[in-house]
Amino acid sequence: MDESPLLEVQELGYSYGTRAACAGITFDLYPGEVLAVVGESGSGKTTLLRCISGQLRPDEGRVLFQTRAGEIADVWAVSEASRRLLTRTDWGFVHQNPRDGLRTDVSAGANIGERLMAIGARRYGNIRQEATAWMYKVELDAARIDDSPQAFSGGMQQRLQISRNLVSQPRLAFMDEPTAGLDVSVQARLLDLLRGLTSDLGLSAVIVTHDLAVARLLAHRTLVMQAGRMVEAGLTDQVLDDPQHAYTQLLVSSALPA
Amino acid sequence: MYIAVKGGEQAILNSWRLLAEKRRGDARHAELSLAQIREQLGLAVDRVMVEGSLYDPELAALAIKQAQGDLIEAVFLLRAYRTTLPRLGVSLPIDTGTMRLERRISAIYKDVPGGQVLGATYDYTQRLLDFQLAVANAGPPTAAQESVQSMPPAPRVTDIMGGEGLLAPETPTPGDPVPRDLTREPMEFPADRALRLQNLARGDEGFLLALGYSSQRGYGNTHPFAGEIRQGMVIVEVEPEELGFPVEIGEIEITECQMVNQFAGSASMLPQFTRGYGLTFGACERKAMAMALVDRSLRAEELGETVTAPAQMQEFVLYHSDNVEASGFVQHLKLPHYVDFQSELELVRKLRARHAAHATVSLSPSAGAEAA
Amino acid sequence: MAATETVEGYNFAYLDEHTKRMIRRAILKAIAIPGYQVPFGSREMPLPYGWGTGGIQVTAAVIGPDDVLKVIDQGSDDTTNAVNIRRFFARTTGVKTTERTLEATIIQTRHRIPETPLRDGQILVYQVPIPEMLRWLEPREAETRKMHALSEYGAMHVKLYEDIARHGYIAATYDYPVIVNERYLMRPSPIPKFDNPKMHMNPALQLFGAGREKRIYAVPPYTAVRSLDFEDHPFETQHWDHACELCGAADSFLDEVIMDDRGTRMFVCSDSEYCLSRREKQQPAVA
Repeated sequence: MDESPLLEVQELGYSYGTRAACAGITFDLYPGEVLAVVGESGSGKTTLLRCISGQLRPDEGRVLFQTRAGEIADVWAVSEASRRLLTRTDWGFVHQNPRDGLRTDVSAGANIGERLMAIGARRYGNIRQEATAWMYKVELDAARIDDSPQAFSGGMQQRLQISRNLVSQPRLAFMDEPTAGLDVSVQARLLDLLRGLTSDLGLSAVIVTHDLAVARLLAHRTLVMQAGRMVEAGLTDQVLDDPQHAYTQLLVSSALPA
Repeated sequence: MYIAVKGGEQAILNSWRLLAEKRRGDARHAELSLAQIREQLGLAVDRVMVEGSLYDPELAALAIKQAQGDLIEAVFLLRAYRTTLPRLGVSLPIDTGTMRLERRISAIYKDVPGGQVLGATYDYTQRLLDFQLAVANAGPPTAAQESVQSMPPAPRVTDIMGGEGLLAPETPTPGDPVPRDLTREPMEFPADRALRLQNLARGDEGFLLALGYSSQRGYGNTHPFAGEIRQGMVIVEVEPEELGFPVEIGEIEITECQMVNQFAGSASMLPQFTRGYGLTFGACERKAMAMALVDRSLRAEELGETVTAPAQMQEFVLYHSDNVEASGFVQHLKLPHYVDFQSELELVRKLRARHAAHATVSLSPSAGAEAA
Repeated sequence: MAATETVEGYNFAYLDEHTKRMIRRAILKAIAIPGYQVPFGSREMPLPYGWGTGGIQVTAAVIGPDDVLKVIDQGSDDTTNAVNIRRFFARTTGVKTTERTLEATIIQTRHRIPETPLRDGQILVYQVPIPEMLRWLEPREAETRKMHALSEYGAMHVKLYEDIARHGYIAATYDYPVIVNERYLMRPSPIPKFDNPKMHMNPALQLFGAGREKRIYAVPPYTAVRSLDFEDHPFETQHWDHACELCGAADSFLDEVIMDDRGTRMFVCSDSEYCLSRREKQQPAVA
């Protein structure tokens, strides 16, 4: 990958009062690359995700994103309008709880179609076609296009949430524990799907997870966080098979038996 | 026939006459005087004054009489009148520390400088219907032992506490800007505390009571203690520009409640107590207490607490607290809606026709595939 | 119509001049930014909130002694609420009132636009219960204002999409969303969608007042007003299989009147003045 990074995070920090939730976070993400941010609960990984995805203004540092047009946008320096536009076109955000990312009072088709309509799609037939196609891609029964997401299982809701995000062909997806809260067998299938989607679409992603198996299966690179700091980062296989930092070693060893 | 909808004007005039008759009731009984309402239904008068945002016992009594004792209607009447009043000036802030006390209690200290003064309260009556009162001309009640009229001012309990630094101080916003006036400008969000308190002071007692109660039952608990409730007379002063010094224009009765709430502290604040504030005209203690609870709940955001409960949600509370607004909008459903209803009728018929057609088709097995 | 006796002790049109100026400033701003909801210091009126306090304040701010006022509710001059508001202005201004759409300089309305086309110089004042079209999608005011500022109206189409998916067509029948001047999403107050096309390029000034919600908005004369739709599911108005049974009009919005307890129904014009004037033309003797 000789191109320039898609996302650059520089010296990012955020504090709740005097307690630093994350500090001094720096990394680059290249097009097509999947990065896992791992750490135990309270390590600051979700705060980090919110800061880089335009939801929480960091106290320090910068987040730079290369737009489709090839320009570098400083996420927290551009206007709120541009930032909101980014979040519904070039970016996707997959919540841990699908209900946080879905409109549960409208049909699956409307959920998938929303982003298309937000960017100006005005032919009902096309929107529907696209929604059907996406249901296939995420292995949902397209005959259920008019069903409410409330009638879907947890795993199906999560796949619906993913398709609703990917329909606008974002170049970067943020995912917050996308498989947590699902049964183990459902998790495996979803991970498989995500791996297929990221490679087929050349999608870049930042995935926050406490589950090292998720990192191993999906991520090219892994970043380990402890108490708001990056303690180790590198190729996923390296980090997980030959951890250098004591904390990573602990994390890996405690994860192994399971 | 269709003509029946004509004649609205005559119907309204007739309705006015009927209303006047109803209001007067059986003419064999003496008509209520405003003085009777003011003197003997004082708590109703107080409620109408505070929710009507106008301190005028005489007009409040008139509104109650005109509304046949419907207090929300009386508040509405008083508010509509208030709009037309010229605004001659703005008083200086009142100082509740100099209050001529009629009642003053604190639930957080056994005794406080100035003492606990029970005053006139229903708290320790035994709620037995008093049939003596059913008899007219029962004569004047026996005078209280101790005259409360001469109580000297006493420091506010919260001021005594504040000295130790245990209670978060309440200081004006930097620069002490003139607060926005809710009766002249629309609400804006996020609303600052001055604006919120104005809204709550005008807010419906029942609504605030329910919200305050919900916070006590766990929907956004604020761990309140009644730091102090004081009721009595305070002096109102104005400072005309041409004079340059304050002039006393009279005295009003008010009730003030300061709740003291636990606060675990945050990154920027040490653990300490915080306050919820309630203030009303007259003796509206229940309202003042409920207001103080809700005020504290609404401070969740500024104190870095997670907003989860209705009582903590600014837009939810402040948009729905006003009973004149609420009453009007709920009751506007009485107005004709037949144009909208006609549109809905057409739609439901159309939908039903489609459903019926659909059902017929899917019953026939050969056409099943097309029906899907 | 004969003016009712005016009341003493109140300013012309009830509101004081200072308040009227404040409202006029809001109106001017609303005209300058078609479809944008201008917050204003709505006053407590002697009529209940939800009964037209917004429309009344707008009318009070623009009415002058030479104006001729018409007030309708559900298209009719004779419903109690219309009568009440007309009386209110007759008593507080002494202006001439009328039922004739053509004669009026100001028409205050609830839920309808008159069938008779409006002309240059007329003002149509709408009473608005809830001005925010996005309210059902997003309850927070702070957020909806941002959505307007950034023209984020995608969610509105989600609602229309859902209708088509469920029913085969857009099921909204009144309060149907419009885009004004190709910029702001606007709620036309609960007029039937039948009336939506009348808003488009209308020669009259259209003012909207929401008293309880403290908002004023406007559609200036000759401004584009487009009802939201999809290219392959275009906006359509209601039409009836019958004509008005009193005047025979086939182009008006019809009310269904129940005639007896066996469900016999009759369809008549909702705009009572339009109906009457057509009947007068057909049979001059009746007038």
